[in-house]
Amino acid sequence: MNTEIKKTERQGAVLFTEYERGIAIKKAVSMNREDILYEIKMSKLKGRGGAGFPASTKWMLTAAAVSDKKYIVCNADEGEPGTFKDRVLLAEYPELVFDGMVIAGYVIGAKEGIVYLRGEYEYMLASLEDYLQAMRDENLLGKNIGGREGFDYDIEIRLGNGAYICGEETALIESLEGHRGEARNRPPFPVTTGFKGKPTVVNNVETLACVTKIVQNGGEWFRAHGTDKSTGSKLFSVSGDCKKPGVYELPWGTKISELLKIVGAENTKAVQVGGASGHCLSKDQFDRTLAYEDAGTGGSIMVFNESRDMLKVLKNFMEFFVEESCGQCTPCRIGNTKLLEGVEMIERNDFTFSYINKLKELGRTMQVASKCGLGQSSPNSFISILENFKDEILNKGNGGSNGK
Amino acid sequence: MENKDRRAPVSQQPHVVAKPEHPEHIGGSVSIQINEKKVTVPMGTTILEACRENQIHIPTLCHHDDLCIAGVCRLCVVEVEGMRTLQAACAYPITDQIKIKTSTSMVRKARRHILDLMISEHYGECYSCVRNNNCELQSLAEEYGVDSYTFGHVQESQYKIDNSSFSVIRDMDKCVMCKRCVRTCIDLQEVGVLEAVNRGDDTTISTFMDKDLADVVCINCGQCINRCPVGALHANDPSDDIWNAIDDPNKHVVIQTAPSPRAAIGEEFGLEPGHSMTQELNTALKRIGFDRVFDTNFTADLTIIEEGTELIIRLYQALVEKKEVSLPQFTSCSPGWVKYLEHFYPEYIPNLSTAKSPQQMFGSLIKTFYADKAGVDPKDIVSVAVMPCSAKKFECNRPEMDDSGYQDVDFGLTTREMAKMIKEAGIHLPEMPKSHFDNPFGEASGAGLIFGATGGVMEAALRSVVEFVTGNKAEDIFDNANIVPVRGFEGIKYVELPIGDKVGPVPDLIKHLVPNWDWLKGATLKVAVAHGTANAKKIMEDIKAGGKFSECHFIEFMACPGGCLGGGGQPIPTNEEIRMKRAEAIYAEDESLEIRKSHENPHVIQVYNEFLKEGPCSHLSHKLLHTHYTKRGKYIA
Ligand SMILES: Cc1cc2nc3c(=O)[nH]c(=O)nc-3n(C[C@H](O)[C@H](O)[C@H](O)COP(=O)(O)O)c2cc1C
Ligand code: SF4
Ligand code: SF4
Ligand code: SF4
Ligand code: SF4
Ligand code: FES
Repeated sequence: MNTEIKKTERQGAVLFTEYERGIAIKKAVSMNREDILYEIKMSKLKGRGGAGFPASTKWMLTAAAVSDKKYIVCNADEGEPGTFKDRVLLAEYPELVFDGMVIAGYVIGAKEGIVYLRGEYEYMLASLEDYLQAMRDENLLGKNIGGREGFDYDIEIRLGNGAYICGEETALIESLEGHRGEARNRPPFPVTTGFKGKPTVVNNVETLACVTKIVQNGGEWFRAHGTDKSTGSKLFSVSGDCKKPGVYELPWGTKISELLKIVGAENTKAVQVGGASGHCLSKDQFDRTLAYEDAGTGGSIMVFNESRDMLKVLKNFMEFFVEESCGQCTPCRIGNTKLLEGVEMIERNDFTFSYINKLKELGRTMQVASKCGLGQSSPNSFISILENFKDEILNKGNGGSNGK
Repeated sequence: MENKDRRAPVSQQPHVVAKPEHPEHIGGSVSIQINEKKVTVPMGTTILEACRENQIHIPTLCHHDDLCIAGVCRLCVVEVEGMRTLQAACAYPITDQIKIKTSTSMVRKARRHILDLMISEHYGECYSCVRNNNCELQSLAEEYGVDSYTFGHVQESQYKIDNSSFSVIRDMDKCVMCKRCVRTCIDLQEVGVLEAVNRGDDTTISTFMDKDLADVVCINCGQCINRCPVGALHANDPSDDIWNAIDDPNKHVVIQTAPSPRAAIGEEFGLEPGHSMTQELNTALKRIGFDRVFDTNFTADLTIIEEGTELIIRLYQALVEKKEVSLPQFTSCSPGWVKYLEHFYPEYIPNLSTAKSPQQMFGSLIKTFYADKAGVDPKDIVSVAVMPCSAKKFECNRPEMDDSGYQDVDFGLTTREMAKMIKEAGIHLPEMPKSHFDNPFGEASGAGLIFGATGGVMEAALRSVVEFVTGNKAEDIFDNANIVPVRGFEGIKYVELPIGDKVGPVPDLIKHLVPNWDWLKGATLKVAVAHGTANAKKIMEDIKAGGKFSECHFIEFMACPGGCLGGGGQPIPTNEEIRMKRAEAIYAEDESLEIRKSHENPHVIQVYNEFLKEGPCSHLSHKLLHTHYTKRGKYIA
């Protein structure tokens, strides 16, 4: 039985609200680009894809770049284990996402928008294409959009090729250009040198949806939600040991314990915040808040109850990274294998504490020396699970004196 | 900053900010701080460049001066103030007033970790490795004090060695995944044989469908070998067989030495690049036990006569007899280039000169003309060639190269392998006394010598052609007979030479082929020179599109950047500065010689008088000195 919550049950203050397509576009095209940028800056909107980069800064840099062509890319690759909120937005609230893409195009001066849709979401393709056609019919895409002379813009949907790394914005761009999905060197950043070498904004689905609401209701309104540093609300994809998994809209600043109550989680031992690349929190940390300044996340929340073996949980994550590393740079390519081997040593009860500590140190190097976000975040689970669940994992069996 | 000229994946292209033309203008430079020291650098300078200019050493592995940036090994990481993560110095173009620290504890730890990781997967032992003592991984391990296997060490081989190729051997157990070979092959050479496949720790460098190197479009240029930091790629070394031949009293072992190895081999003995060791090498080779030492330049001179005559015939047929002939004529002395053309432009095989390369001309002369003269049975001759080139190994094994009745050249030996043999014989080359080449081929001209540098074949040909046609001395037309416009390392050179209204008499050697030069009066000879197959490709595409190069008469192509002196068998490391110095050594040696034109080489004339009596491009010369080619295409079954 599917216990996931349904659209009719969804409630939220910012995104899961009534909205009719085109409202924000029409308002936007009657405004100055600078004024829209100002509203977004006022809203303090940060990227929802994980890294939390201020949206207004990204847009301003792209708007300021001099180029004959610019692009908007909507990152709908949604490959982080345990997230499915972008799927919900695209399936149930496409008006928010696409309107946001049109507004982005208007502000930075792009004529083309591209949705990079996760391969597994191919089943949505036909209905999304229909939706775009409907927008064209209403002059929300195409030429002189919303009656604004000279504002031509259209959106194309491209299917991803099924690798987690392709969600990383520069690897995504490589993939769009038909190359192997590998992260690029940065700087220069996509804002100046992106798709086909042109200035490109890459935003998460949810970030773009927020833009629509900001243009509709103003930056001040948006900022009234959430905390001072994490404004607005956030979609959380909740999975694991709880009665009501699904996508929830909650204001930033919500305590983890509050969220657990809302989703009906009991006997919770651990919460993985931010998917495989996130951090794993133990009970004593459940009063921490979900916010960029505290426990930040692109939206994935995995709940584990007392029956779960945290070493297995960790092993799953590490297997994921060994599989998904693009294999380009040394720290991530070999480092993840070494971390996984470490987990297997613990599993076999054939390890020394000093070696595990060496692996943690290695993890810290991976966090700073890997080429892209994948390798920079893959040791997070390793380090946090081994630290927060040390007693369970390292001190079981022979009471801590195990190993060679 | 899309660069349409490159085939490298964008992730491996230099996304560097274009450097300003005038860094001294306002906004052209930026002030930064490296380890507390304030310096000013042009916008777009990478952190690595900035550090090098200020004598701060940054370890690198995937970086190579000849190649676009990869930023994958991460050994060059440094701290940039205000940034959460470390930055790869090789891949970071400076545009802001950043503060850099190059040796903090975080940086040192990271570098050591990265080395430890590489070594944990590196299967190979230094003492049984061709790169022992010239290996970047080995030196880095030493530099960072690696004294144990922190993260374990592979205990057994993971990959099968691919020794299918006559030229290049791949030992992926030693690969550190720097992708220099990939970038070399696809970007520098535009061949695209090697690519990274699989993901994560399973990532390896592979060929199309993981086929053997001998069964893909590899042109054997060996440029990937020269840029591999470790022993994962090396040439197919025949020196054991050569030792056996030397040790066999029944074998008459002769060796020819090409000009480029002579200009570079000193580097293998610790000399600075740019010292020619020609005559020292003669002595060393004799002491090792070679029975005769010949100068490949001799057959380079012969090549000029044969190839030049062929060109004249083609022009005569086209202009006077109005026949359908393939022009421009392409040079054929670079076997890497020949194979490139056979794979990628097989429809242009008729444009290739049928003249063999100097190595192969010598091969067939040694086992015929020389054997006869010296009274040795050709079956007892073992013919070795010291070449700057790995493709020469493939060339001498081409099945058609047996015009003497035997395999014309038995072994192609690279400069590196030659140096190894010399060391093995206990000889320190720079200390050798000088001695001359052996007769009957004696010394050769400077024209043959400059074959080693890009533009050299063209210059040698022009020195002769100009004299043949105008009757004037090359020196009267070009200062000191140095034809400077075809020299230098520019990727593609194009030169027009108006012949004028005054023509001379047809020289005796080719009198039977053309009656006079009147048909060339007022004509303009158009020639071009390209080195590196990426540049060759540009010319070929232009010819296909009917561009200006399709109107050329003669084009020199060399597979390797810089020409033979940058060949895949030359000492490692290589970069433009080193290649430049080798070129200087070659041109200096040319100027020091008395005879600097192929047709003035008395030994060449003697060969035509005594042996190839019907002259160049005659029946016998066709049999021995010319060859044919194979349409290969891009896909090999
Ligand atoms: C390995 C990896 C995978 C990522 N996957 C996604 C993804 O599926 N969707 C996404 O929006 N961002 C993903 N990101 C983050 C993007 O690189 C990028 O920061 C984001 O799309 C920017 O949008 P935002 O500023 O609106 O958050 C990923 C990053 C990394 C390192
Ligand atoms: S960190 Fe991992 S995924 Fe990112 S570039 Fe390096 S190997 Fe590829
Ligand atoms: S590649 Fe380098 S480190 Fe490896 S065995 Fe050879 S010399 Fe030693
Ligand atoms: S020898 Fe030349 S063609 Fe062959 S793989 Fe190496 S670089 Fe490519
Ligand atoms: S074969 Fe050599 S050049 Fe190529 S990736 Fe491996 S180590 Fe680097
Ligand atoms: S040398 Fe800079 S990353 Fe390899």
